Amino acid sequence: MPDQRETLEEILDLAATQFKVSRSNLSPDDDFFKTLRIDSLQALSLLTRLEQHFNIELPDYEMQGVSDFRTLAERIQARL
Amino acid sequence: MTNVVGQAISWDLNEGVIEVALHRSPCNEIGSESLEDLEQLAAALPTLEEHAHALIIYSKLDCGFCAGADLRELYSRSQQMAKADAASGVRAFLERIHHVMNTIDASPLTTIAVVHGICFGGGFELTLACDLIIADKTARFCFPELRLGLIPGFGGIPRLKRDLGNAVVRDLLLTGRSFNATKAQQIGLVSQVVADGQALRVARATAAQLAKFDRNTSAAAKKFIKPIPYDELSREIDIFCELFERPAVEAGLKKFVESTDAQPYLP
Repeated sequence: MPDQRETLEEILDLAATQFKVSRSNLSPDDDFFKTLRIDSLQALSLLTRLEQHFNIELPDYEMQGVSDFRTLAERIQARL
Repeated sequence: MTNVVGQAISWDLNEGVIEVALHRSPCNEIGSESLEDLEQLAAALPTLEEHAHALIIYSKLDCGFCAGADLRELYSRSQQMAKADAASGVRAFLERIHHVMNTIDASPLTTIAVVHGICFGGGFELTLACDLIIADKTARFCFPELRLGLIPGFGGIPRLKRDLGNAVVRDLLLTGRSFNATKAQQIGLVSQVVADGQALRVARATAAQLAKFDRNTSAAAKKFIKPIPYDELSREIDIFCELFERPAVEAGLKKFVESTDAQPYLP
């Protein structure tokens, strides 16, 4: 099982790939809505990709109010 | 007519398969325009069915299958009317969309919903009227209506209850959470999960398989195994309309329509 730092790195890699941004432009405390320039529908597509990658189910209400990668990693880690 | 191009929905009949394409931006929201096209499809179905064995419904838009009812239209129209007129207008709309859903549900053809991306609310309900759902890995299903103070109104609850266990229905309905294609397959909703962008191809292959069977036998099997819960569907309209008249619903719709939040679709 990855530790939280590894989970965070994997999330950043996945987000960079999915939304075609440079990985070096993403930081753990970024607001991913702003940094990735995504809306809630695109955030749901990221959630779908993360669920598949980590083989978890993450109800989207756990994402409510979450906008930075670090907190997202905590939510995912709690399901691993 | 075997080939119709509508404002929101188009269809064509080719080699025994009716392919219905949704293509109304931004994400196939079902409002009056889509309803008119759907009604035209429902009216054409009896003739089309004579030459077909399967119907496939899919979206041409990248965002997904369908984001549900057109809440912006619902809100703006209700604001232009007296409350009693708005309520009767909603009931009339629901009765019309139920007629379309029931027509698709009762079709003797084997019907296949092809889902990618967002499949929310009324879009989800449209897939539930179909016999099979084939989804790619980007698909995400949800009944978000409770956060607006409503229940699904296009026949979703009775049809979901027909197909799944009551505990699963309660979870999806009462939490309003969205779930992915893998989960949808685990609970028995989706028949096949395929790679991104492959669902329509697989649906066409499935339709080709169906052509091998006697049409009347397939229709008889479907009629036997898939009863339409007309009483519950009718009751759903009543409950929706009762809820719609409450001030909380108007407030919820207003909040959604006027939201500049990046997360309006997250329940």
